[in-house]
Amino acid sequence: MLGYVIRRLAIAIPTLLLLIVLSFVLMHLAPGGPFTQERALPPQVLANLNAKYGLDDPLWRQIWNYVHGVVVHFDFGPSFVYPDRTVNQLIADGFPVTLTYGSLAFLAAVTVGVALGTLAAVRHNGWLDYLAVGVSIGAQVLPNFVMAPILVLVFTLWLRLLPGGGWSFSDPSFWIMPVVALSTSYMASIARITRSSMLEVLGSDHVRTARAKGMPEHRVVLHHALRPAMLPVISYLGPVFVSMITGSVVIDIYFSTGGIGKAFVDSALNRDYAVMMGITILVGALTILFNLLVDILYAWIDPKIRY
Amino acid sequence: MTKLFTTTALLIVMALPASAVQPAEGETLAESQTYTYWLLDAIKTLDPAKNTDVEGSDVLRQLFEGLLNEDGTGGMVPGAAESYDESEDRLTYTFTLRDARWSNGDPVTAGDFVYAWRRVVDPRTASEYAWFLELMNIRNATQIIAGQLPPDQLGVRAIDDKTLEVRLTAPTPFFLKTLAHATTYPVPQRVVEEHGDAWTQPGNLVGNGAFTLDSHTLGVDITLSRNPDYWDAANVVMQTVRGVTVNDNNVGLTRYLAGELDRVQIPAGQYPRLSQEHPDQAVSIPYACSYAYVFNVSDKGPAALKDVRVRQALSLGLNRDIIVNQVLQGGQKPAYSWTHWAIDGFQAPDAEIASMTQEERSDRARALLAEAGYGPDNPVSLTLQYNMDENHKKLAIAAQQFWKPLGVKITLNNVEWKVHTDRMQSQDFDMARYAWCADYNEASTFLDWFRTDGYNSGKWSNAEYDRLLADSKTAEDTAPLYKRAEEILAAEVPAAFVYHYAKVDMINPAIRGIPTRNVTNSWYAKDLYRLAE
Repeated sequence: MLGYVIRRLAIAIPTLLLLIVLSFVLMHLAPGGPFTQERALPPQVLANLNAKYGLDDPLWRQIWNYVHGVVVHFDFGPSFVYPDRTVNQLIADGFPVTLTYGSLAFLAAVTVGVALGTLAAVRHNGWLDYLAVGVSIGAQVLPNFVMAPILVLVFTLWLRLLPGGGWSFSDPSFWIMPVVALSTSYMASIARITRSSMLEVLGSDHVRTARAKGMPEHRVVLHHALRPAMLPVISYLGPVFVSMITGSVVIDIYFSTGGIGKAFVDSALNRDYAVMMGITILVGALTILFNLLVDILYAWIDPKIRY
Repeated sequence: MTKLFTTTALLIVMALPASAVQPAEGETLAESQTYTYWLLDAIKTLDPAKNTDVEGSDVLRQLFEGLLNEDGTGGMVPGAAESYDESEDRLTYTFTLRDARWSNGDPVTAGDFVYAWRRVVDPRTASEYAWFLELMNIRNATQIIAGQLPPDQLGVRAIDDKTLEVRLTAPTPFFLKTLAHATTYPVPQRVVEEHGDAWTQPGNLVGNGAFTLDSHTLGVDITLSRNPDYWDAANVVMQTVRGVTVNDNNVGLTRYLAGELDRVQIPAGQYPRLSQEHPDQAVSIPYACSYAYVFNVSDKGPAALKDVRVRQALSLGLNRDIIVNQVLQGGQKPAYSWTHWAIDGFQAPDAEIASMTQEERSDRARALLAEAGYGPDNPVSLTLQYNMDENHKKLAIAAQQFWKPLGVKITLNNVEWKVHTDRMQSQDFDMARYAWCADYNEASTFLDWFRTDGYNSGKWSNAEYDRLLADSKTAEDTAPLYKRAEEILAAEVPAAFVYHYAKVDMINPAIRGIPTRNVTNSWYAKDLYRLAE
């Protein structure tokens, strides 16, 4: 197992490097640059800007300088669009925000989703099943960009209960709507996957044996069925967790949280190369890490799996 | 350096006190003097030399103060400067600064302006707005930006702590109007050098404006509070100003209605409803920007557009009344000139097209196209490029429909912003959406665009037009020259002008002092106050 983890981590390094080079090249292939604007800059002003940010170097040298900065100094460079801040600062400011609402939304989605899915499977074709399926389909078809403005309308304008947006680490009332809006569709998917996986497991031999031994139904479900039923859920959760904690552009836009989800999309549209690279690396590294964690969890849950 | 002009025949001393808006008799002030306004996006920078956008300028105007300020109608009033002299040849301005202090207690000196302006043109600063000092015609700005001269050769110097001399390369009629622009604000040398790029962070930033920076969370909010050391602090009523970012305009409106914001832009198409429901809150203010479809008449452009008759027909066929009254619905006006109608001193020529009915225009358009050899049997095929945006899309679809019956086939080309800009600047388009906003309240800010050496993405060129604009720089009375220039644009149609902007906002009636007659929409929080509700 340890050997496996080390091997996986060793592969992660060239994977990340490849990601960096590919993103860098693709980004520079896109038309326009960080300083392309409606009011075309005089050539000399543009030249000064390019010189300041090293954009006049050949591409290979830019990549080299960038990787060197990241690896040796852990310096992700300056933002081209937010000249007062470095990419490190932008991520340090925005990531804790998305990490907070993303983790909470993840917990909410997993707890509610697994519970709904399990209940639905246990009460297969009962009213609870139809209710759970109904709720999760409803949550799935109501995308968060529709839900977010509705939440603001109801809880801010009509009920005057919650602030309509913004962010504060000390005041959880700012967290509620982002968490609800972000978690619902994931919750619905988790509920559906749990339900179908659970139904399959509940029909399997070891469950029949457990029931034949006279084991109480709640023990059968919780101890013998739930664990194997979680396998497909967990492989779904790995990448989902990463995408939740690295933020959602929709949540960031509608609730003005200042998270990096919007910063990521903006950086691509603004050609803010350094910010885009910084967040790409962050998302890439986290994805690699959590895929590894999922694989380890797999082995722990299913003793048949050996690496 | 030559010696100071002593033969100042033209001595203009502005003796006016800075006109702070004051609560009127009988008005009761609210206990909490706060003003919370909507920001569409994050404030990118608080460095006056690096700022490029309107929302950034709005904040900088509170944190810093330039030589002059704008009043509620767009006129210039004293700011950091108390008075100025203009030399007879109009090439040298000498400003006398008032006694004022930075928020750290240091005196505001002429040297602070010299430092700030040199910093803007210094290639090491790499300011995106370095061109603004070229536009102001400050001596040597162009050469310094190009790296041919050191920054200390800029035509600006401190004669003493209270006297600033600015020398220009050419008489510049709009020079004074540029002095309230954020790029010209002074910056505190000691603070900038101590903190580097981080000097604009809360805690570091030192300004000479009526407000100081409390906090700034990128993409969330920015909070300013009254600066007790400001020279006119006695007349500043507002205590706290907060800009709140809401990226979605509709959510912004909801939050305004919930009382979280005192001012928000009205989303397109909602003005008629809101002005009925809240007549005391929905306002439409002329805003000095113009919207146009630019024709590419360069070598890379389509042959059809090189024919002036085709360009005229396209302009005639555009039903601007439908665009402003049915699509935009916010008090915008149909544009028959490039210069915004409300620009100070601008006299629009009597455009024939403005007085025609749309039917007459369409008939004329058909006739012109037929003359040029086009018609329903031999349609003109063109692409219309615009950047992704709901309103641009609506307008482009409308234009496509207006032109269709004339025998013009339009392919719509919806592209990402950077692609749009890149293609326009490399003449890789047929027709493209474009908008221009005034840098200062004078017609040349618009008209310079179509000069042969102007931004002019369609590469239209006209010798008489260039000469008029060149002459206007030294003319006593510029109005007839600008009028003639607009006549040339109307005849030659390098672009179809579509509409003149209006700023359509909801404003909390308890907030007083927001200027509604200044086309640049510059506002000063020091003039605002909040009434008890």
